[in-house]
Amino acid sequence: MGRGNCGILVRDTGFQDDDWRADFVRWSGEDGHCALPDGAALDVENTAPAEDIVPFFGRIALIRIAFPSHMDGRGFSLARHLRLLGYRGRLRAAGRILADQYAMARRSGFDEVEIDPALAERQPEEQWLFRADWRTHDYQERLGRRRYHGAHGAQD
Amino acid sequence: MARAFRPSILTANDLLDGDVVYLARDGAWTRRSAEARLFEDEDEANRSLAAAESQEDAVVGPYLAAAVPGGQLGPEPVHIREALRATGPTNYCHGKQTGR
Amino acid sequence: MYRYDGFDREFVHARVAQFRQQVERRIKGSLTEEEFKPLRLMNGLYLQLHAYMLRVAIPYGTLQSRQMRQLAYIAERWDKGYGHFTTRQNIQFNWPRLKDVPDILDALADVEMHAIQTSGNCVRNVTADHFAGAADDEIADPRPTAELLRQWSTDHPEFAFLPRKFKIAVSGSPIDRAVTRAHDIGLRMIRNVVGEPGYEVCVGGGLGRTPMIGSVIRDFLPEADLLPYIESILQVYNAIGRRDNIYKARIKITVSEHGIEAFRESVEQRFRIQRETFAGEHQALLARIGAMFAAPVWIEAPTGAFDAALARDPVFRSFVDTNLHPHRNPDYAIVTISLKAHGATPGDATAEQMRVIAGLAERYGHDEIRISHEQNCILPHVHKRDVPAVHAALREAGLATANVGLASDIIACPGMDYCNLATARSIPIAQDIATRMKERGDERHIGDLKIKISGCINACGHHHVGHIGILGLDRAGVENYQITLGGDGTETAALGERAGPGFAADDVVPAVERLIDTYLELRSDDDEAFLATYRRVGMRPFKAALYPDTAAAAGR
Repeated sequence: MGRGNCGILVRDTGFQDDDWRADFVRWSGEDGHCALPDGAALDVENTAPAEDIVPFFGRIALIRIAFPSHMDGRGFSLARHLRLLGYRGRLRAAGRILADQYAMARRSGFDEVEIDPALAERQPEEQWLFRADWRTHDYQERLGRRRYHGAHGAQD
Repeated sequence: MARAFRPSILTANDLLDGDVVYLARDGAWTRRSAEARLFEDEDEANRSLAAAESQEDAVVGPYLAAAVPGGQLGPEPVHIREALRATGPTNYCHGKQTGR
Repeated sequence: MYRYDGFDREFVHARVAQFRQQVERRIKGSLTEEEFKPLRLMNGLYLQLHAYMLRVAIPYGTLQSRQMRQLAYIAERWDKGYGHFTTRQNIQFNWPRLKDVPDILDALADVEMHAIQTSGNCVRNVTADHFAGAADDEIADPRPTAELLRQWSTDHPEFAFLPRKFKIAVSGSPIDRAVTRAHDIGLRMIRNVVGEPGYEVCVGGGLGRTPMIGSVIRDFLPEADLLPYIESILQVYNAIGRRDNIYKARIKITVSEHGIEAFRESVEQRFRIQRETFAGEHQALLARIGAMFAAPVWIEAPTGAFDAALARDPVFRSFVDTNLHPHRNPDYAIVTISLKAHGATPGDATAEQMRVIAGLAERYGHDEIRISHEQNCILPHVHKRDVPAVHAALREAGLATANVGLASDIIACPGMDYCNLATARSIPIAQDIATRMKERGDERHIGDLKIKISGCINACGHHHVGHIGILGLDRAGVENYQITLGGDGTETAALGERAGPGFAADDVVPAVERLIDTYLELRSDDDEAFLATYRRVGMRPFKAALYPDTAAAAGR
């Protein structure tokens, strides 16, 4: 279990404090989560098997996917896969993500990004706002690849 | 087992124009291998390397390259790769060799 | 020719603005080098031995004259007056300064070009048959598909940080000139039994440290399913491709470790979901793109000038013999301009040469130029009556070398003269072999022979698929060259077999000559090419020629 409110949240409107006050439950395989409470927040690695989480979608309010390195793009595909499997709750990317990857995160189905204060200091808000225009110049959308977001970030 | 230390020069590429640079005897970065400082002492070499690694605003990818004292032309790199970096490509005469 | 619309134009300029900001942030210290590196690589910018290097995409190898002129301008304005055409239909500038790169990218954007995704662990510049839309053996033009894939892969949000780089090639002819079998994904355009267009999809091919010929994952994929299917392959690879070992990170290793059956099943599973998420826009776009690649209006004129020159001029005759390929319109020819003058750097062109080629394309070639993975330039549509004039102009510019497909038409990567990864030089070896071939004067007699040289195990010089492949390695600080024989990059793809211990730099040319002389002795007749003889007689006689001392010892 971990607290959610230690990082800085990045949304299209810029930086804000984390508004998620409850605990996060670490995903540890489907057997361990039969008792997952309604409205739970789930912490998952970027290797988590998306299909196994499907039965719990109705009870999950937030899924936070870890980005261990800015070079590791698995989290983007996992987010997309969760969306394609029907997850419409809140989806958060957390960890080593660069401002330059914000558009990728949003286009992959994330609603928000969580970074630590040190990264936020080095890559201040304006660098993230620079890519808040992620809906424009999107070749995949032009080709008919649908984008999905949770109710929270469903501006599409 | 760690490899035995060999006398080395400290080299990198300049951040702004990519040119090959060497740490000179006066502690500044130089474009001429002849002016490079030859480190005979391993600890000193590693300290200078660590210092260079923190100079991200000046150079990219610093490392130690084995070299021998050479003559008037200053330290001579041992490996052919470093010899090519010190002079320029062999197919045209337009690398560092033009400045000699 | 594909022409940018407002969307494409805005995209490339916005992308330059982003990169300009990234460069500023790097210089100011807001981005560390570790963070900046993948961003600069995704925009084609490497740091090589002597300088930065900018790799510019020539999508599916197609250029117009104004674009070629802009490349010449860039070479002169910001570089040292030349560029290097690569085996992946890119051009590399070897000496740009970091601060100038955003300006260079703007200059490229002005002529509908870019350097996006020519490097990095993303989907790279999509390559295609360099004779696309012109060859007489073509079923369908692969360029609309390649352009569709270019757009789909550009800035793809999921696939910019894959385990490793990802290369796609497309061929529209049964004659495979795009080396599709040695790509992460190779697409061959085919028709099914009822005549519907689609693709044979190959996956997991590649050269490099662990060379592999790709496996067929779908023997027929309907045209409309292309993007969701390719996206499914990439999704599975992104999820399960190895990230713990850079040498095992390419999809060829993923496929071979999991087995093609299991990999296919995972892809099909994803595909069933993916298919529903793609609306039909991509097919409408494909049709629009296809219309832009309509053939030019052919000139109808007699070809007498061609026949007359052929009868009169032996120099022209030998040029026609090697550098022309049959065009789908019998009054036309595909003209290859060799960038392999004997003793020159393979694939290099000066700004002046680029302008000559641009001028010829404009005047005689329906304004089309191609770049081949064999590092040559091509005028794909020249009316035969104009070939003598083209030849004369090329001669004047020193570009009329009549050696396409011959021993001196060598593929060579930049090697240790430029490349940070190289373990040995490639260019001087190519120069020496070509110079020697000219001295011998018998390369036409030798015939079709593909020599390919790589300066390291990454195999940018395609040595595994050379009839004679040469791989430069570092043996305790000394350059050493391994020879492989029998490689083939075409529809009969095969990996070359290593002949034995390597050779010192000075011994490579004599070794290649011994191989050639052995072939000349063994071939059944003048029409049996080197590869055919090798396939018939096998490695043994060639090995004996390469290592005479060992052979003599064994015979004693």
